[in-house]
Amino acid sequence: MCLAIPGEIVSIAGDDPLLRMGRIRYGSIVKEASLACVPEAEVGDYVLVHVGLAISRLDADEAERVLTALREAGEWEEDLP
Amino acid sequence: MTVHESTWTCPVPRVPDLIQMGHGGGGWLTHRLLERIFRPAFGNPLLDAQHDGAILERGSSRLAFTTDSFVVRPLFFPGGDIGTLAVNGTVNDLAMCGARPLCLSAAFILEEGLPLETLQRIAESMRRAAATAGVVIVTGDTKVVERGRGDGMYITTTGIGTIEHSRTIAPSSVRPGDVVLLSGDIGRHSMAILAVRGELSFETTLLSDCASVAEPALALLAAGIDVHCLRDPTRGGLATTLLEIAQTAGVHIHLDERSVPVDEEVRAACELLGLDPLYIANEGRFVCFVPEAQAERAVGILRAHAVSANACRIGEVRADASGALTATGILGTERVLDMLSGEQLPRIC
Amino acid sequence: MKFVDEYRESESVRRLARALARRTTRPWTLMEVCGGQTHAFLKFGLDALLPKEIELIHGPGCPVCVTPVEAIDRALDLAARADVIFCSFGDMLRVPGSERDLLAVKAAGGDVRMVYAPLDAVRLARDNLTKQVIFFAVGFETTTPATALAVLTAARQGIENFSLLTAHVLVPPALESLLASPNCRVQGFLAAGHVCAVVGYREYEPIARRNRVPIVVTGFEPLDLLQGVYRCVNQLEEGRFEVENSYGRVVLPDGNPSARAMVDEVFGAVPQRWRGMGEIPASGLALRPRYAAFDAARRFRATEPRTEPESPCIAGLILQGIEKPRDCPAFGRECTPEHPLGAPMVSSEGVCAAYYRYRRLERSGQGAKG
Repeated sequence: MCLAIPGEIVSIAGDDPLLRMGRIRYGSIVKEASLACVPEAEVGDYVLVHVGLAISRLDADEAERVLTALREAGEWEEDLP
Repeated sequence: MTVHESTWTCPVPRVPDLIQMGHGGGGWLTHRLLERIFRPAFGNPLLDAQHDGAILERGSSRLAFTTDSFVVRPLFFPGGDIGTLAVNGTVNDLAMCGARPLCLSAAFILEEGLPLETLQRIAESMRRAAATAGVVIVTGDTKVVERGRGDGMYITTTGIGTIEHSRTIAPSSVRPGDVVLLSGDIGRHSMAILAVRGELSFETTLLSDCASVAEPALALLAAGIDVHCLRDPTRGGLATTLLEIAQTAGVHIHLDERSVPVDEEVRAACELLGLDPLYIANEGRFVCFVPEAQAERAVGILRAHAVSANACRIGEVRADASGALTATGILGTERVLDMLSGEQLPRIC
Repeated sequence: MKFVDEYRESESVRRLARALARRTTRPWTLMEVCGGQTHAFLKFGLDALLPKEIELIHGPGCPVCVTPVEAIDRALDLAARADVIFCSFGDMLRVPGSERDLLAVKAAGGDVRMVYAPLDAVRLARDNLTKQVIFFAVGFETTTPATALAVLTAARQGIENFSLLTAHVLVPPALESLLASPNCRVQGFLAAGHVCAVVGYREYEPIARRNRVPIVVTGFEPLDLLQGVYRCVNQLEEGRFEVENSYGRVVLPDGNPSARAMVDEVFGAVPQRWRGMGEIPASGLALRPRYAAFDAARRFRATEPRTEPESPCIAGLILQGIEKPRDCPAFGRECTPEHPLGAPMVSSEGVCAAYYRYRRLERSGQGAKG
């Protein structure tokens, strides 16, 4: 269900929280998405977008922490981060 | 062409009884039209060869003959327009027969209300594309339909080329052990058009790859490369093209997905819309089947031409006569690639 | 692409697969709930990297697959009306109703449009005031906020020619229903990360406890999926049955409060029929009375539901994970992506379509390794 992909907010337009739109950069293309559900998101943040709506703001620190642990997965046996 | 039996003899009543967009998509529905309507009606040995064009033999000389209609919305898109598409599309079909393109016809169906200036711009870009490809447009026709009965204009081009060698360049010449070469990165044409069309639009600097590939194709032949098959992966994309060849030739084609070049913007757009670049149309690329021993030299020849500067080896022909296409993906595991029914629909949920 | 490419690194994935193989000592049967995850497993050939002890059952998380035939028939009737522009996601266009699909309605003259976002349908309504614009609202919790936003936007902007045909479905009631079946073999679940991005995972905690199944919130990239499997197996090997979040970069325990508030404002839970699974209590969403004006079923006279045609298709058993696609007598024969008998063959997320594309040769013994 639910194809959603992460992209970076490059600009934000609109003051009304319901109608707030962002231009989101995915790699090297840009498409508009609604930011109505991520009121805290700012330019430069990464958000996860599904059918034109940002549904989550990505936590870059958490991503880095887990990724580092996963890359060392050869060394761990039981404990995942 | 052998069509996979299980898909073919389908007793389900829900076969569309009206033409749908998918019938023009190059996938199963298109094949079904060919098999059910056109081949029974027109069937003859030349048509049955299932090539991009027919090879006509007259005494000792051989001619390639092909036709194609062009419908595209919008008429002008980044990297080309319906005119460049109409010239290059037919030029490429001739080149894929191993022929040197000579001349084209161009038939226009114009919609009432089309600005003359638009027609003029398109005629001019056709002139330029023809000059670049080394062909002349020698005959044509114009018809007008009422406003609302056409998307501005449709163009049909027909082309003739001469075959200056004695090879049989066709799927039937493909042999186990052949190497599959690709002339450049894939997916640019469809994605450049999607980007500027309606609701799925996005911002990008992508240009269509629309171009003539006759020069590098003929250069391979001139250099004495034992070319077995040439094909341009237009609608249906690379996967559909390779599947058609695998099925016609009765071989198994294996693709290394990791070696297929895909531009960063094309890849991002595919992620966004849930599309697979392997099934996306190209208008300036071709695949080439050559014996392993000549693969390296062939790549070198292709890379000497700007339109195929990123040519590379992407796969090989295997011995089992499965008519299948398989691919090794980014994790090094294999998957089977199938033909789609019509156009690839964006996968949203 | 950041947050995508690093989760596809072959070396990391293979290293994690080796760790998983070491951790697995017994056979385990897991279900990935979401069709997008099924698609990713097969597309990346990731299932080939799993230890042979692990069996994956593909869950009911494909919205177009579980949309009941009467909802599609209703959509087809509305789409055929001369005064209507009918908007749908791409996947939904080829799902068969009892007689035809939306593409056939389009071919016969219906104005059927594919949209990327529900808000695009609102925009179409604004630009076509003489037409009724109907959006076919399907999807799980991930998609409901976008639909709710479309309704709220139309209400705010006074766009009266916009309405919804709603067939939204909810995951937890379906999981409960699966687990209640005496045939259920699932020992652990990979919960759909994008559903949880919206609703969080607190609702799963009682389900995990009561049914003694681990539930691991899982993402969609190869490294995410393997991590989900690893954590699930790890719990099973240790005899733990908890909810774990292995998609922390996206999912918070309570999900997205703004999105949930938006959905609550617009929709309330109702019983919903699932294709192949029957009616499940409180598993669907209907517009609340104050937004009833946007209900297409109300605005246009709703058609009588038709009964499902008899068919050899075993979509119901497949969606419940009791059978695999290749156990179906119709798979690859009468039923193909061109002529689907059941919805799982339609969407590229549908488990049958995914098998058909990626695994068909295996069945006939021509064997892609994979």
